[in-house]
Amino acid sequence: MNALVPLPVLLPLCVTGLKLAIGPRLHRLQRFISIAVLGAVLVLSVLLMVAADRHGPLSVHLGDFAPPVGITLVADRLAGLMLTVSSAVTLLVLVYSLGQGMADRDDQAPVGVFHPAYLILVAGVSCTFLAGDLVNLYVGFEIMLVASFVLLTIGGTATRVRAGSTYVIISLFSSVLFLVAIAMTYAVAGTVNLAQLAQRLQEVPLGVRTLLEAMLLTVFAIKAAVFPLAAWLPDSYPTAPAPVTAVFAGLLTKVGVYSMLRTQTLLFPGHRLGDLLMLAALASMVVGILGAVAQTDLKRVLSFTLISHIGYMVFGIALAGHGSISGAIVYVADHITVQTTLFLVAGLIERRDGTTELTRLGGLARAAPLLAVLFFVPAMNLAGIPPLSGFIGKLGLMRAGIDAGGAWAWALVAGSAATSLLTLYVMAKVWNLAFWRDAPPGAEEEGVVLESAEDDEPGDDEEGDEAGDEEEGAATGPPEPTGSGRAAGSGKAAGSGEPTGAGSDLPVPAGAVVAAGFLGQSITTTRRLPWPMLAATGAAVALGLSYTVLGGPLTTFTQAAATELLARTPYIEAVLGR
Amino acid sequence: MTVSLSLLVAAAVLNAVGATLLLTRSLTRILLGAVVLGNGVNLLVLASTGNAGDAPLLYPHIIRNRVTDPLPQAIALTAIVITLATTAFLLAMAYRSHQVTGSDEISDDTEDRLVALRAEFLDRRGELRDRYREARAGDGGADAEQRARYRAARKRLRRRVREERAYQARANDVSGNLWNDILGADPEDYREGRELGSTDAAGRPGPAPARIAGPSNDPEETGREPDSRPGEDSGHPPPDQPDDPGGAGTEGTS
Repeated sequence: MNALVPLPVLLPLCVTGLKLAIGPRLHRLQRFISIAVLGAVLVLSVLLMVAADRHGPLSVHLGDFAPPVGITLVADRLAGLMLTVSSAVTLLVLVYSLGQGMADRDDQAPVGVFHPAYLILVAGVSCTFLAGDLVNLYVGFEIMLVASFVLLTIGGTATRVRAGSTYVIISLFSSVLFLVAIAMTYAVAGTVNLAQLAQRLQEVPLGVRTLLEAMLLTVFAIKAAVFPLAAWLPDSYPTAPAPVTAVFAGLLTKVGVYSMLRTQTLLFPGHRLGDLLMLAALASMVVGILGAVAQTDLKRVLSFTLISHIGYMVFGIALAGHGSISGAIVYVADHITVQTTLFLVAGLIERRDGTTELTRLGGLARAAPLLAVLFFVPAMNLAGIPPLSGFIGKLGLMRAGIDAGGAWAWALVAGSAATSLLTLYVMAKVWNLAFWRDAPPGAEEEGVVLESAEDDEPGDDEEGDEAGDEEEGAATGPPEPTGSGRAAGSGKAAGSGEPTGAGSDLPVPAGAVVAAGFLGQSITTTRRLPWPMLAATGAAVALGLSYTVLGGPLTTFTQAAATELLARTPYIEAVLGR
Repeated sequence: MTVSLSLLVAAAVLNAVGATLLLTRSLTRILLGAVVLGNGVNLLVLASTGNAGDAPLLYPHIIRNRVTDPLPQAIALTAIVITLATTAFLLAMAYRSHQVTGSDEISDDTEDRLVALRAEFLDRRGELRDRYREARAGDGGADAEQRARYRAARKRLRRRVREERAYQARANDVSGNLWNDILGADPEDYREGRELGSTDAAGRPGPAPARIAGPSNDPEETGREPDSRPGEDSGHPPPDQPDDPGGAGTEGTS
């Protein structure tokens, strides 16, 4: 069973090599391989989680080198759960992106760049979850980050390069800090193995230990986007393609939270920076949600709620009690799913209406009821409405806070209740603006800008431009040069109730349609959403709901995981073999 | 464990230089900063070398005191490789940025600017309205003049919002015409076939008279002054729904 532990990392990496060797050919085979690999990783993760639950933590020393020197991979309950949730989510997002690519008849780019980068991202995420030493954690972060750089700037448009620069520089800086922290840890303890550190750091002077803790917390707080260090997130995430934003929002910040959880429980039990962490958690929650209130773009609203809800997990970590750690784990698992789902829905909205700007959306509840349901369920989950799993996590955390007592804990309980209400307010605002009110005039006419059509098919764009010019030349009167270009859409000018443009799946010349406005891009007027995208989003919603149905077993599992984390001995014994 | 002072000093200098360069706006400088910072940190890792115990591949009769601890070197090597890859990526990104926008400066985030601007807009509008109401309540006279001033101020604010939106649009889409991209022409201008320099954003006439390409992009006007839209008829909604929080976006043609 232990031999399975490295596979979630190795499998995607090896397959990436295979895919690069195949190159931009055999698209169907490539798609199949990608899905098969992620499916296999999901199966492996479930196996690891079950095995870790039954037999305690599994550990592997690669090359059979003993701990201080070799690379150690460990899968305990926490890692198993995170792996399972993350691989389920990445699989769904892959299906979603395949649906998008197929609907756009855009075969080259996704297979050539997107899939390898995506698989490497998955490998990096698995590596951080399984890492048994600090350096391996660092390497896992770096694998993940380099892949995420590529995914974030895919296509290389001006906005993405700008957003990418912020992200790359921040990530670079946090990596450098991480390296410094590793150097300090090694200088102090003579090892970077987590299990050995757990033993040796007890004898280190308190001041030095606190310094190490502060360094590591800073690094992970940057990755996790905890408030004072979170300004990069809303600037960089929303510009990426929808599946990329979804998987980033769901997973990458949670990797930071996971690392915090791991190091705080294993290396620094009874830590001194708990109050500081609680302050950061409170500030994240409140400032993040206030930022979300101020935004009018759906993707940015979601980015700010992401920052805000990271605060809940940090709250659980800061309290460091049994109940709070368990609550934090539930919340991490739940939030990965919910946040990803919401970003997927935002992608669907963007695809349907060409924008996620809330002031320009409207009438979606009538026009696309399925989309409305797909948004409503995770939105209510995020706000923590009782039957849904967001409520379970929040309830666990608040209970733990009340049990712990003390001024900080009470402040945090109050803060988290207020944040929860404000989240509900924000989600209600989104619902009212995008779904409930009447469609703004003209929204029915606008075509959908196919995202991937910008750069990958220059030939088509050229044709589109020329055709547009001709058409403008051929049009008669100066007041309406664009009328012919809009012929497809003008039929439904009056009817705001008409749901979808059935069968209007034709590419329309770009320059002619001013309503969509972006020159040099081919535009289609379809409003139908491809079924794989809808199915993937629906499955993500179902995954979120399954946490509610499986609430009992899930809570039992996370409580066992919290016990294991706080006891520390199972982990240390599994690695050092005693 | 002993630490070499020269290593520490060199690392400190390199880190300071690198961090300073990271704070600049030009991607090329940031790239240099990343390289320098990476080297500084690698020196720090090497400085942490100490006697860590048995290394795996030693022959039995070797004197351990004379052998360097291999682990920090392995870590530094890993870090060097990773820094190299990141540097390559940054370089590519700086080049791409130069290609797309004509410079490798990192601009402000447009959405941030928009939010800040909206707050300013609302503040000042509220202020103006208060003053206007006060004046009206005070004395019934001078009504027309007050109203005219109020309108003029409101117009100024709206123009400011329009300019900001044009800026945002410039940042958002690249026209494909390198000249326009570099010099920052307003997308509306080249959409209408106007060349750069004929009008600048600030000098545009207020109530746009019969835009040739159809819909006016001035949302406040379309929302509140329906008479001044001669170029539009039923089929042509404004392409750009207003961000105006007053709710002008919900009213309209259809």
